[in-house]
Amino acid sequence: MSNRTPVIVGVADFPLENGVVAGGGTPLSIIAHSTKEALEECGLELKDVEGLTVAGSWGYPGVGQMMPLTVAEYMGMYPTYMDGTNVGGSSFELHLAKVCMAIEAGYIDTALIAYGSTQRSYSERSLGGRAPAFQAQFETPYGLPQPVGSYAMAARRHMHEFGTTSEDLAWIASNTRQWAALNPMAWNRDELTVKDVLESPMISDPLHLKDCCLVTDGGGAVIVTTLERARNLKTKPIFIKGYGEATDHQQILQMPDLTQTAAAVSGPKAMKMAGVTHKDIDHLMIYDSFTITVLLTIESLGFCQKGEGGAFVRNGRTAPGGEVAMNTNGGGLSYCHPGMYGIFLLIEATRQLRGECGERQVKDAKFSICNGTGGVLSSTGTVVLSNIQ
Amino acid sequence: MAEKPSPAVNVESKPYWDACREHKLLLQRTRDGKHFHYPRKFAPGTLSTDWEWVEASGEGTIYSYTIAARGAGPAFAPEAPYVIAIIELKEGCRMLSNIVTKDVTGVKVGQKVKVVWDKLNDEITLPKFEVVA
Repeated sequence: MSNRTPVIVGVADFPLENGVVAGGGTPLSIIAHSTKEALEECGLELKDVEGLTVAGSWGYPGVGQMMPLTVAEYMGMYPTYMDGTNVGGSSFELHLAKVCMAIEAGYIDTALIAYGSTQRSYSERSLGGRAPAFQAQFETPYGLPQPVGSYAMAARRHMHEFGTTSEDLAWIASNTRQWAALNPMAWNRDELTVKDVLESPMISDPLHLKDCCLVTDGGGAVIVTTLERARNLKTKPIFIKGYGEATDHQQILQMPDLTQTAAAVSGPKAMKMAGVTHKDIDHLMIYDSFTITVLLTIESLGFCQKGEGGAFVRNGRTAPGGEVAMNTNGGGLSYCHPGMYGIFLLIEATRQLRGECGERQVKDAKFSICNGTGGVLSSTGTVVLSNIQ
Repeated sequence: MAEKPSPAVNVESKPYWDACREHKLLLQRTRDGKHFHYPRKFAPGTLSTDWEWVEASGEGTIYSYTIAARGAGPAFAPEAPYVIAIIELKEGCRMLSNIVTKDVTGVKVGQKVKVVWDKLNDEITLPKFEVVA
């Protein structure tokens, strides 16, 4: 069975100018552009791709509907495996897990994970506007700014229970910005101090503007195939050693414990499958929709004890040159955040494990953990990647 | 001025919103004494239909909150800053609401609160909360 081992062989992220698609584009053209690049770097062709997974915030006939069909038709491909799982920004970690299962089972050999968004170009985001239907009829009428207000309540609860401060959270934004300075693809590369974060306008107390991710266009593609197929390709294959997914709510009201995410479930599952412990991990890609997302996730994954997330990031500990290499592309906070950021975790981890990252390269990285978070801390997908089989 | 969003009442939530109009806060209680909110035909976790509507005390504590500095879109912007909170009700379950106060920075986790009523339109009266002195 070893020759069916699934590996990542192609990745691409869409280049932006000032956070938007240069010259204009659509989610579909962004996907096609990224797919073409990812195929070209490994030497596969579109006709080799049997599986297609996609998630996004657009859709036809309605938002979120029939995305694999729309993408397949646009690109002129005829997939025999489709997955449109959409659980927010973590969807792509889930897609990767499902693609691995399909490849290992012999159902398909090669799959494309795709994402595209034009949310900045077309101002598709607002703090309000969620329809007051289903569960949201008990939420939207109270004017909860979304999604930031939900994350703010998690931050407030963590502060109450553990004494975490706004300064602790600001360190996450500042450290991440230092990584962005080393990534030519990142949008915000100017210095950002802890003081800058604390002095940025309050959006939803205790979260400031600079605790929040960027709002950009963007997209990317990830190509997965069998190790057997990968032997004849141009890129160094990256192994998917373990994965896990979990959810414990949809709306923030129903989150059982606002200080712990479902990464406490998906993380151990992924690490167990990978046969690794925390000390084996050289590189962390932690979804950073907001600074608090990172703090809760590193605790939930067990990289530190509950309540010690502040100490984990303080004093530049996760900045370049620090003890922990985390969010080395500059993250959703400073690189790009087109609404569903999870695919960029996989792209950066793959590049780090290939050793392609230049100034920001993590020396001798062998194991990378990617943890996507979707909704309002609602879903998590954890993946452990490695350059060794 | 943009109109505030009004709950899209459905067959499961109608009894709850009908009671709110009468200034009664309803919860559902299962046979083993557990309360739940929001209204569902099937109890979460067991899918039991063996539950009853009960009137809640309207008392609770603030589990967490945020102060919306900008408001959720144009309908809420004129009211900013205002407080949205998760209330832990005396009965054991939680609900999301506003803390009605002019002193938004005086709101703290753990404060005791009680329900107050805010008529949104002819159909909907929203349960909100005030800090108990």
